[in-house]
Amino acid sequence: MSKKTNKASAGKRGDTVRSDCYIEIEKKKSGGIKIELQSKVKSMYGNSIRKQIEAMCEFFNLKHINIIIEDNGALPFVIAARFEAVVKRLDPDEKKDFLLPMLRKNKYKTTRDKLRRSRLYLPGNEPKFFLNAALHKPDGIILDLEDSVAPSEKDAARILVRNALRAVDFYGCERIVRVNQHQQGLDDLKYIIPQNVNVVLIPKCESPAHVVETALEIRRLKVEHKIRNEVYVIPIIESAKGIIHAYEIASASPNVCALAIGLEDYTADIGTQRTKEGRESFFARSMIVNAARAAGAQAIDTVFSDVNDMEGLRESVIEAKSLGFEGKGCIHPRQIQVVHEAFAPTPDEIDKAKKIVFAYEEAEGKGLGVVTLGGKMIDAPVVKRAHKTIELAFLNNLITETWRNEIN
Amino acid sequence: MKLTKNAAGRFVPTVINGQKQIAFKGVNKYKPGGRKTGAPIKSCMDFPADGNKIIKNLKEALRKAGLKNGMTISTHHHLRNGDVLTNYLFDTIKQMGIKNIRWFPSASFPVHKHLIKYLEDGTIHHIEGSMNGPLGRFTSLGKMKGVGVLRSHGGRFQAVQDGEVKIDIAVIAAPTSDEFGNSNGVTGPSASGLIGFALADSEYADNVIVVTDNLVPFPCIPWQIQGNNVDYVVKIDSLGDSSKIVSGTTEVTKSPDRLLIAEYVAQFIEEAGIMKEGFSLQAGAGGTNLAFVLYLKERMKSKNVKARFMRGGSTKYLVQMLEEGLTDYILDGQTFDLEGVRSMRENANHVNTSPFTSYNFHGKGNFASIVDVAVLGATEVDVNFNANVVTHSDGYLLHGIGGWQNCLYSKCTILAIPSFRDRIPVIVDEVTTLCGPGELIDVIITERGIAINPLRKDLLKAIKESSLPIKSLKEIKKEVDSICGIPDKPKLNKNKVVAVVKWVDGTVLDSVYQVVE
Repeated sequence: MSKKTNKASAGKRGDTVRSDCYIEIEKKKSGGIKIELQSKVKSMYGNSIRKQIEAMCEFFNLKHINIIIEDNGALPFVIAARFEAVVKRLDPDEKKDFLLPMLRKNKYKTTRDKLRRSRLYLPGNEPKFFLNAALHKPDGIILDLEDSVAPSEKDAARILVRNALRAVDFYGCERIVRVNQHQQGLDDLKYIIPQNVNVVLIPKCESPAHVVETALEIRRLKVEHKIRNEVYVIPIIESAKGIIHAYEIASASPNVCALAIGLEDYTADIGTQRTKEGRESFFARSMIVNAARAAGAQAIDTVFSDVNDMEGLRESVIEAKSLGFEGKGCIHPRQIQVVHEAFAPTPDEIDKAKKIVFAYEEAEGKGLGVVTLGGKMIDAPVVKRAHKTIELAFLNNLITETWRNEIN
Repeated sequence: MKLTKNAAGRFVPTVINGQKQIAFKGVNKYKPGGRKTGAPIKSCMDFPADGNKIIKNLKEALRKAGLKNGMTISTHHHLRNGDVLTNYLFDTIKQMGIKNIRWFPSASFPVHKHLIKYLEDGTIHHIEGSMNGPLGRFTSLGKMKGVGVLRSHGGRFQAVQDGEVKIDIAVIAAPTSDEFGNSNGVTGPSASGLIGFALADSEYADNVIVVTDNLVPFPCIPWQIQGNNVDYVVKIDSLGDSSKIVSGTTEVTKSPDRLLIAEYVAQFIEEAGIMKEGFSLQAGAGGTNLAFVLYLKERMKSKNVKARFMRGGSTKYLVQMLEEGLTDYILDGQTFDLEGVRSMRENANHVNTSPFTSYNFHGKGNFASIVDVAVLGATEVDVNFNANVVTHSDGYLLHGIGGWQNCLYSKCTILAIPSFRDRIPVIVDEVTTLCGPGELIDVIITERGIAINPLRKDLLKAIKESSLPIKSLKEIKKEVDSICGIPDKPKLNKNKVVAVVKWVDGTVLDSVYQVVE
């Protein structure tokens, strides 16, 4: 552990910074609390920022300090996170957490087989992206603590993400966090599991042991913090070794709800490069789909990295769908709509699904154990799939709630 | 300063800079009387028969025009942030030792912060027009000698025509002119597209000086400004920085949140039944505005709908629609990019307009009320749909009115705005400064929901089946307050009015107060 120091800072400063702030604290022997506040919104929120800072000084028992704040419209959850990061940089042994009230509406649950067509990645140390992300209606929001956060900012990002999970409304999107690798990732869990996170992404997963240790730590923290809602995990497989162990990974815990693949690292690992055709990753992607299906989980495809190429994205999703994937990672809000449209069922698929659902409901009504359509027997997984197709069609406004009454 | 409460419940001065004022009486309540004013009668015998009105320099032209202390000098803003001429004009006036000028621009830009020293030393007494950016901040701090007057583009022409503002000397930047004073904005190194905002100045000012950096032999075609209204022509090296007059290309916003708002706007226009064969719209050049036009274009193509005309603010995006046959005409008020300038030069259906045709409220009708839908911005909107475009919530004056007030008369006025900006709520209980009465504002489109003015039962009905997130303004405000927190009110000195906002009919709608730092 690093040692105590008398001066530390956190956050971002400069003309281009938005919705964030920079806080610097110097410990003194005497003189009380001095706050030097520069803010774009000083006339409107200057008093409220000062009050917030004073309350935090009291909480952390800081009596004699000089504080410099350069604020560019940071919201209270951001100011609190930056302040706490400075306090913990001043004194790494400070164990108290300054928790903002949990929004009542942030306590929703998820299910193992929830739709996960689109999950939007947000860099965990960039608060300006948090607030409006859910307005673009992804199925899930990923607050990322791993690759998008610089090693020197991991501590600050954890606190920020923790605060966001309590104070930011994600409008019903699945609340997902990508933690770091190995021990650092296990430490991340302490910050996020008590905040009603729905899903944890395990990056660079190579063995079932990775999943098991994560699941165990989640269980321990759930008990400790009396968390009732289920927390699922999605291992991301990004190496040759991970691909070979895909099925064991997917079946390592009943809480694995999906397997995801990350192709940037995978192609590097097998010593090649990503191409548009993607022949180099065909085996790995099929392996993921097979392993996930075999374990009763969903298969989620890699991200599409060119945010300006919407046609390329659409083609890539249609291809992923044909391979058996049910979801795609998104790195820009504009990708979400395209992903949803491309995963939407075709008119033929909808027609077929309607017929199957009708046949199933008819059989059920008659108390028959076996469903048949056109003289052929229909298995339960086919019926389940048909229901999912109908749900997707509904979500994409391709059918209305009253589709049963509409004659084709 | 004596203040009186107007029909909007706002306190406004009864006398401004020595001129008696009429307080706002309500929308469509004040009836003007009398006759229009006019420029003095002049005679051909006082002008060279060969049509050569060239004067060797601006100083000499100002001297011939009889420049004196306390006069009113007008300029137009087609050179936008590339304007060098206006700064040079006041350098010259300063050199001549003249004081207390009333500057009457059609708009001001950050480049005019050069003039702050002339506001400080008394060369300029006050500004009537717009006080943007640094000039607005200067005004807000109570440092201007007189009281600023903010008018819409239409209101400026109304004030000139009605005789509220007598222009002593109009100085017109002309990207191309002949020696007679016929001039236009479509050609030359400082081409700005059109120069329609100078039309009233050319017709009503006592003295008109055209300044150009591109002199062509008579006749200068087309003549957007007619030489028979011009007293003197001055040739200078450069009117301004062409890259800041029109941009090489105007870019659509990349902000996903602004794009979401733009998508909602396009969806609303279609689903409310406004987007139909032969419809018309008004679009500006703000990021959200450009984007909604692109989304609407896709919808028009897929439904095979063509517009009769589009009003702008022209950009390459409007030009593309004209050239692809998606609109019959562009009726252009100002040209924002090179493609707009090219189109105006080459295409007879890309028509230059002036505030007389488009915006002036004291005329026999204007285009603004004929437009089916206008999409505009705002700095603040209150829960009764009243809106502000000139001050921010911290009380500082930062923007002009532009054509905004005039456009409110369209058949459907949409404000496309974020619900908050960097913690500053845009939906508020009461606007800092009232610029547009809520009864003229029909729809507020934010990233968090769409509010329809309860007065517009027809729109509410038309949109009933839509998947759009329709909410009340109060609901949106509540959500924003829970995110940002309730802000403190700005500290304003209510005893010191630093500027007033005029309504389109010349009455006083609201006061802007000094900000206490």
